Amino acid sequence: MITRRKFLKILGTSAIFGIGGKITLELIAPGQLEAQPLSKDKKTQWAIAIDMKKVDDDLLEKCIEACHRYHNVPNIPGPKGLKWIWKEDFEHAFPEQENIYVNEEIEKMHFPLLCNHCDNPPCCRVCPTRATFKREDGIVMMDWHRCIGCRFCMAACPYGSRSFNWGDPRRVMEDPELKRLNPDFPTNRRFPTRTKGVVEKCILCYERIDKGEVPICVETANKIKEGSFIFGNILNPESEIRKILRKRFALRRKPELGTGPNVFYLI
Amino acid sequence: MLYDGAKVLTGIIIGLAFFLSPFIYNAGKPYKKPEPKLTEKAKKAGECVASKAFMRAWHMQLLDEWRNEAVRNAERYYNPRRLAREMTLDKRLFDQWRHYVSDGTRRYIPETEKIYEKSLENTCFDCHYNKSKFCDECHNYLGVHPYCWNCHIEPEEKK
Repeated sequence: MITRRKFLKILGTSAIFGIGGKITLELIAPGQLEAQPLSKDKKTQWAIAIDMKKVDDDLLEKCIEACHRYHNVPNIPGPKGLKWIWKEDFEHAFPEQENIYVNEEIEKMHFPLLCNHCDNPPCCRVCPTRATFKREDGIVMMDWHRCIGCRFCMAACPYGSRSFNWGDPRRVMEDPELKRLNPDFPTNRRFPTRTKGVVEKCILCYERIDKGEVPICVETANKIKEGSFIFGNILNPESEIRKILRKRFALRRKPELGTGPNVFYLI
Repeated sequence: MLYDGAKVLTGIIIGLAFFLSPFIYNAGKPYKKPEPKLTEKAKKAGECVASKAFMRAWHMQLLDEWRNEAVRNAERYYNPRRLAREMTLDKRLFDQWRHYVSDGTRRYIPETEKIYEKSLENTCFDCHYNKSKFCDECHNYLGVHPYCWNCHIEPEEKK
């Protein structure tokens, strides 16, 4: 039998530990109670710098096509469309800049937008199945086997980098209207398609990086114009990308949100 | 005495007939063993990433390990040496293998070994480009419907 006195004792003790929860845990396991611990010994974070002086609409179109063809991203018009890399004008790519009177040249520019492979990715924090996660080399990766299509990540991503498969992407092979837009889908038989109810986005060509190649957008852009896309390890001070960032002024998308985006636009 | 004997017996007979219908339906038909066929390329290669017996019994576990390692751990390449040597259908050895793959020691790739990319499209289908005669042969026989093909693209087969 538990007496009233004993019960109150337990309650009181628990309350003390409850109030001092953080302090207690710090005593038991110092430094372990971090909502999202930052890795201090990170050696690699892949990043892309895009030289806006060398990029034009034609080059962007070619990059977008190369990426979407390589990854079997079908062309579906309207709100159910899918995109891994797309172009946007200055005003919409950098809304926080709030420049009323913008340099005409920049105002007309189209910026290639893609997943920023953030240092602190909000999409990974919200994913309930860890289908999206940050790899050791900094790629914000997706495991489509695990995605349950809850779309929390889409709500969390401030860059609109994520698209949802409202239907089976392979329907473009049957639907006559969509087949006209995607005559040779799937365009790369050595890469999977996705399936209905799965979120997809740029995965920085992780399978190419694992084989020692650069992402397909970088490869395509540099074939057209050398040095337009600079890819490298942002944590290595000697890397090409760091060298160019020391010389040129660069913008990132919405850095004020603290996500730590890793796509740089050299102005 | 059985009340309503005729009705009850009719019911039992109908029930039995329903229950036995698959057996009656298939009676007399010859038993067809599934015979997965190798492509010329697979025959020529003469070896898979692991022994035939192992692949027959455990290819699904192997593929499961592969996808987790390649997608989640950035371990893109696979060295079959140890696995191929040790594996039989022995349960004990399989447990060892499970332990071996799960302890994360297989990151390195010895230089002298043949290595494989962990990829259904680029490695498995490179030899086994006859899905309907190879994969489906047993899958259909056993009535299993793996959903690999919802996303992973099987090679085009010449009809």
